[in-house]
Amino acid sequence: MTVIFYLSAIIAVAATFLAITRTNAVHALLYLAVSLLAVAMVLFTLGAPFAAALEIVIYAGAIVVLFVFVVMMLNQGTATIRRERAYLTPSMWIVPGLLTLVLFAELVCVVAWVPEAAGAPAEAIGPKAVGMALFGPYAIAVEMASLLLLAGLIGAFHLGRRDEE
Amino acid sequence: MTPIAPEHAVALAAVLFLLGLIGVLVRRNAIFVLMSLEIMINATGLAFVAAGAAWGQPDGQVMFLFILSMAAAEVSVGLALVLRMYSRFKTLDTDAADTMRG
Amino acid sequence: MLHLLWLIPSLPLAGFLVLALAGRRLPRALVSIVGVGSVGLSALLSLLIAREFVVRAPEGDAFVQTLWVWMNVGGFAPSIGFRLDALSLLMTLVVTCVGFLIHLYSTEYMRDDEGFSRFFAYMNLFVAMMLALVLADNLVLLYLGWEGVGLCSYLLIGFWSRDPANDAAARKAFIVTRVGDAAMAIGLFILFTQLGTLDIQDLMQRAVREWPVGSGVAVAAAALLLGGAVGKSAQLPLQTWLPDAMAGPTPVSALIHAATMVTAGVYLIARTNVLFTLAPSVQALVMVVGALTLLLAGCSALVQTDIKRVLAYSTISQIGYMFLALGIGAWQAAMFHFMTHAFFKALLFLAAGAVIVSLHHEQDMFKMGGLRKQLPTTFWTFLIGAAALSALPLVTAGYYSKDAILHHAWSLGRAGLVPWTAGVLGAFLTGLYTFRMVFLVFFGEAKTKARHGPGFAIHLPLVLLGALSIFGGFVETPESLGHVTVFGRFVGTILPEAGTAHAALGPEWLFHAAAVGLPLLGIALACWFYLLRPRTETAGLGLDSLRRFWFSGWGFDWVYDLLFVKPFVTIARLNRSDAVDWFYRVVADLSVGLHLVLRLTQSGRLRRYASGIALGAAIILAIVELR
Repeated sequence: MTVIFYLSAIIAVAATFLAITRTNAVHALLYLAVSLLAVAMVLFTLGAPFAAALEIVIYAGAIVVLFVFVVMMLNQGTATIRRERAYLTPSMWIVPGLLTLVLFAELVCVVAWVPEAAGAPAEAIGPKAVGMALFGPYAIAVEMASLLLLAGLIGAFHLGRRDEE
Repeated sequence: MTPIAPEHAVALAAVLFLLGLIGVLVRRNAIFVLMSLEIMINATGLAFVAAGAAWGQPDGQVMFLFILSMAAAEVSVGLALVLRMYSRFKTLDTDAADTMRG
Repeated sequence: MLHLLWLIPSLPLAGFLVLALAGRRLPRALVSIVGVGSVGLSALLSLLIAREFVVRAPEGDAFVQTLWVWMNVGGFAPSIGFRLDALSLLMTLVVTCVGFLIHLYSTEYMRDDEGFSRFFAYMNLFVAMMLALVLADNLVLLYLGWEGVGLCSYLLIGFWSRDPANDAAARKAFIVTRVGDAAMAIGLFILFTQLGTLDIQDLMQRAVREWPVGSGVAVAAAALLLGGAVGKSAQLPLQTWLPDAMAGPTPVSALIHAATMVTAGVYLIARTNVLFTLAPSVQALVMVVGALTLLLAGCSALVQTDIKRVLAYSTISQIGYMFLALGIGAWQAAMFHFMTHAFFKALLFLAAGAVIVSLHHEQDMFKMGGLRKQLPTTFWTFLIGAAALSALPLVTAGYYSKDAILHHAWSLGRAGLVPWTAGVLGAFLTGLYTFRMVFLVFFGEAKTKARHGPGFAIHLPLVLLGALSIFGGFVETPESLGHVTVFGRFVGTILPEAGTAHAALGPEWLFHAAAVGLPLLGIALACWFYLLRPRTETAGLGLDSLRRFWFSGWGFDWVYDLLFVKPFVTIARLNRSDAVDWFYRVVADLSVGLHLVLRLTQSGRLRRYASGIALGAAIILAIVELR
């Protein structure tokens, strides 16, 4: 299990790195899908099978497909790829890289200083426990999430309409 | 089943998050920016699940679910905005859309 | 039938809502139907209710309908409730019926105005508010109506707001009446804190129980209510707004500034007559105010050149009569004069409006003349109104109502000497200025060519109001002339009858001679000066400076300008550059400077903003960790 975790972690990091550096949008999306699948594996090894399944269904399934549709609609040709390459000059990476390094150092410190968790249990937390929690103490949050999705639906519908003018 | 050290899982989440951040900061194409945002959100969810697993509580996964629905809503609105932006500016370059300059 | 009472004010309110929300999109015909129809239905309903009320009088001669409790705070629980008794029924009938005729008239008068639906929306709101005022069973609801009609008055005076002069007139009316309204509000506070209720009936009973006659609280409360009445009814010393209020369209002057709203003060005093009986000094003050006002306004009316301003001063003067009547305890006579005045003054205003509109909005009487032939219907109805206003004996309604007031003063004996003298002098002035107007406008040579005559919608209200101005007086006649007492018996359930215990001032024939003779003398003088020996401009009184003094309304505007407006403006100007402002100006400049600096960060570049967020996150994390 531990081996699978580290393997998946390495795949996830590598795929993510490739995803953010590709110039071709479709390639990037494929790497993104690989990264998400790897993260789903990580979730599985962490004892969260329900979350892993959802990660595959919604992230790798729905969201990536949505991206693919948009990329298809915008028809990003070779000209765009060339322009992307022109955008990604090495000097562009300096400031974000530095910022991110600083943040990384800080995050590592935070994680390292966190006190030991109370004996991590080995058994997985199944969908039943999640469902009980979701519709028990978190019922109101579920309502809010449904409202948020409704708002997203309406917003996307409104923005996606063709201009009348 | 050997438990995985939660620190490692959280560290993985941090790495993914920062990779996403780099993507947001570096890329000028709006679609790539949105993709990077997805990576960041996903990393956050991973951190929650890891923390939940460490404490043996379902709450981490519950939060992951909420983050998931938030990401779904965000990406649908965001992609609609990208389409809008493309029909308005005829480009996806975020630097071109600087009409909000003060 | 009586339980439909709530519909009477609701219908015009509904009309207002429809017109205010959708009026712009409705065709004119529909706007007329909604605007006139709502008031018309209301008038019909009040006639039916009046019939029911008279045929089968409810218990205690009053019908109370409480719709809901308005608010309930610490024992203070005014309701939205209506009380129908003889007094409010009389007011309701006048408001809805005269209001309906004036609305009908407006459909033609305002036909070509671009604010057609706005006009009817305001008018409907006015009628609704006026009905709330007269039907209210507690003083809070009454005050709501009181302020509501003030608002409508303001909106309608400034209806043609393109002209800044109209705006100024509207503001003046609003601010001057506000002085009175503030006094009235304080009066209501006193009443509530002292007696613990604002329900009118309850209040009157408690006042009688707890306050001795002439007690300080009663005097204060009555005086403050009088302040409100004086402001709304344009009496001395707050009368200056009414002549300027003529800037509004003529139907507005007829409805608001002659027939209904300005008599709200009379209604208030009559409604709270118990309070005024408890404070005899204030009641005497009411009499003095009325007497002075009627004389001053009568003199001013003599020298005006604008036909509407003559009518405005005459309105002030006639309301002075009503105050005079209230002041000497002739409650019934005051309400009687209110009713007949509503008829004939609305008639005069509407006829004047017909004249004005057919002369292309010419209001100067010296540019009119000879309109008798050109506008026959208008002439005859105006003549009826003028005769009623100047109390032509026997045939006009104005004679009977004025006679009732004068007769009451006469029968008071010595105490009635001052009011009686003022009354008959006023009657003389009334005859003079009224027929000066008639002769200038309708006789002599034509100076301006009249346009085509007005149409049906203008003539019908004129004729109906003309009929009311004649026959409306026959409901109450003096003992020597048939002794009809329909009106007295009707309102007698609410208003105490005039006591006639005193010895009269003199023999009855002397009274009648004066009451009949002086108005006739005034008419004769007007006939002499303006018809038989017409001279220009200054005709009548040779004293030119006196003429100018009266023309400006006894210089009240000038005095108020000097006493209040000028010092206020000066103080405001001094205050404009004070030290306190300096501090705030520095704050303002600082924020402008900061804005210029911070503006640089607003590059519009998404990635810069994202970097900013990341940098912020790094800094906050660093702070958290290094703490």
